[in-house]
Amino acid sequence: MRLLIQGGRIIDPQNQIDLTGDIAIEDGCILTVGATPSGFSPDNVIDATDKWVIPGVIDLCTRLREPGEEQTATIASETKAAASAGITRVVCPPDTYPVIDTPAMANMIRDRADSSGFSHVHPLGALTVGLRGEKLTDMAMLMDAGCVGVSNGLNAVENTLVMRRALQYASTYDIPVFLTPQDPWLTGNGVVHEGEVSTRLGLPAIPEAAETVGVARDLAVIETSGARAHINLLSCGRSVTMVAEARSHGLAVTSSVAIHQLLLCESDIGAFDTQYKVFPPLREASDRTTLLNGVRDEVITVICSDHQPHGADVKLAPFSEAAAGIAGMETLLPLTLELARQGHFDISTAVATLTCNPAAIIGIDAGHLSVGAEADICIYDPEQIWELQQHEMVSRGKNTPFLNRKIAGRAVATLLRGELIFLRD
Amino acid sequence: MARISNEQLAHLPPDAAIQFDDRGYLRHFLTINGVPREALIQILDTAESFMTFGEREIKKVPLLRGKTVVNLFFEASTRTRTTFELAAKRLSADVINMNAARMSTSKGETILDTVKTLEAMHTDLFVVRDSASGASHLIASHLPEHVRVINAGDGRHAHPTQAMLDMYTIRQKKGGFEGLKVAIIGDILHSRVARSQIHALATLGVDEIRVIGPRTLIPTEIEAMGVTVTSNMMEGLSDIDVVMMLRLQRERMDGQLVPSEQEYFNRYGLTEEKLKAADNEAIVMHPGPINRGLEISSSVADGERSVILSQVTNGIAVRMSIMATLMGGTEGSR
Repeated sequence: MRLLIQGGRIIDPQNQIDLTGDIAIEDGCILTVGATPSGFSPDNVIDATDKWVIPGVIDLCTRLREPGEEQTATIASETKAAASAGITRVVCPPDTYPVIDTPAMANMIRDRADSSGFSHVHPLGALTVGLRGEKLTDMAMLMDAGCVGVSNGLNAVENTLVMRRALQYASTYDIPVFLTPQDPWLTGNGVVHEGEVSTRLGLPAIPEAAETVGVARDLAVIETSGARAHINLLSCGRSVTMVAEARSHGLAVTSSVAIHQLLLCESDIGAFDTQYKVFPPLREASDRTTLLNGVRDEVITVICSDHQPHGADVKLAPFSEAAAGIAGMETLLPLTLELARQGHFDISTAVATLTCNPAAIIGIDAGHLSVGAEADICIYDPEQIWELQQHEMVSRGKNTPFLNRKIAGRAVATLLRGELIFLRD
Repeated sequence: MARISNEQLAHLPPDAAIQFDDRGYLRHFLTINGVPREALIQILDTAESFMTFGEREIKKVPLLRGKTVVNLFFEASTRTRTTFELAAKRLSADVINMNAARMSTSKGETILDTVKTLEAMHTDLFVVRDSASGASHLIASHLPEHVRVINAGDGRHAHPTQAMLDMYTIRQKKGGFEGLKVAIIGDILHSRVARSQIHALATLGVDEIRVIGPRTLIPTEIEAMGVTVTSNMMEGLSDIDVVMMLRLQRERMDGQLVPSEQEYFNRYGLTEEKLKAADNEAIVMHPGPINRGLEISSSVADGERSVILSQVTNGIAVRMSIMATLMGGTEGSR
């Protein structure tokens, strides 16, 4: 099987490529990038004129709801949504039901993904048994079963000694550890950022310190453990400063931000609109600016969707009781590239945050268009102006504050190992 | 009936805008925030015309005859529910009281299920109280155009009818709002009453609003609502014309927000001694129920400056006025 993607703007940050040309694919792998080899006779040609050809997107934080909440979404439904949005690999946190804290669970998810998934699914194993923050999981065996790292989901590890030992143990096997730092006491029952909006609306608040105390503690523990740590889902500007400082001192810590944190802030909540309820919460406009600058300055090297599909009913509740989270996979690539095209950061930086950077964090050989690599590719049309409509969303979750938003650019085709898994009509 | 212009409407925050219909008339009464001064004054004026009803032999007017009012209380209340019930009955409405328990999770009947079931029975006006901030907004945004909602208290967010009866009482005792210095004292953080009072006082144009309490009970960035903050009771009471005390829920006395009842009363309990710092003619208000000896001494609560019982009496007329305003039943209405 031979395929030719013709005449597109090829952007491959890992190989520092940004050129207009062709990509020839043979037997699922990239044969050439740039010029088509003489005598190459493709079975199929995709015209990519005026389109961008980038590595398939890797989304580091995606809830698939399977196992445990199949009434909400499934691996099949959500990986199909991923494919429709140029995403070829998703990383799912371990907070499924049951929790991914045994090799058997990790195997089961990979089996289900193999049989029903449209994209690759990489599970994260639990850092502690049941995510309870007490006892370490069999991390090495979880990795053997196909996990790409360990995480405690959104559950804080309250006991700092447990955290230190978990990081030390993970570092023994060079296992990536995903952390979402928070001080659970300061988070309390809060549902929005502590500030003008929480005061006016009378909603229980989460102070900035709930995150910065967590970041400070975790950075200190990471430093003494030697672990490969990734700080997931930053929301505060001051956290970015703290991570930047740690990196400048040589600490090998990486960080990510959810795309909605780069676009929204606390005042968008309006009249208790639960579509804006997320965790960590939307912060102030100044935090958003610092997060954007953090991406520009490559302190934050990954942008993820923090995809959380929900049924409609769990959002139809008073704000403090509604479920948190946005079904964000389908807007991850278009909104990230829109921000880049508006000049908040370079286009190659933006593509890197979605491809080679997340691949490096989970230690997989993907997210680039090198000759010989598996042809996981996204073709993006920068000219398409579209509006996100509920009935057109592929994800089972229709919960997003971006409905009816006009967006410039979207994925029009997705290839996985050289196979076309999605083609927009 | 006062209405808001399209331009004013466009500039309202979303949580305020939802309570106006597309012609700019008040449709719901969910928060004082964003309601124009003229509309608040009109509610007070209409309430004044209802004041004498309670003393009549026949305590009824037919303004809401044939209308169905449901008092939907998801949170316990005696006083507020009773005054709403009396207000609706004096307007000749049919009143149903529902003290509903509800599930706080997605399991079981949700708050909207309950409301929609009652709406299907042709309810015209819901009076809603809930422990979650924004509950009445949620309900209002899921009902048909013609159904009205009055917020009788939602979480920490708003209690607009309480604030209006407080404004009525201030105007009754002080003759107006201009030049007044007002202090709100106690647990501002958890108080929906305080938030609504602040919006009302600011809109009606008092001279100064001070909030007084320990830092643990003052919400962050409250200054953005147009108040000054002090933690010193004597300093804060100086020259004050209206002292608005708040109830300190005993369940807040967990030793973290406030060390002890003794220390709280020592610093923020309103005593005759502390009241001397205020203006000689200052009035003392409290939304009730009172914790005697915790936030206020009995001698002040029952003293000559106290207008606490007037607040209760005025509550019925003010709630009649708000119901009549929303239902379009006042003279010279739409």
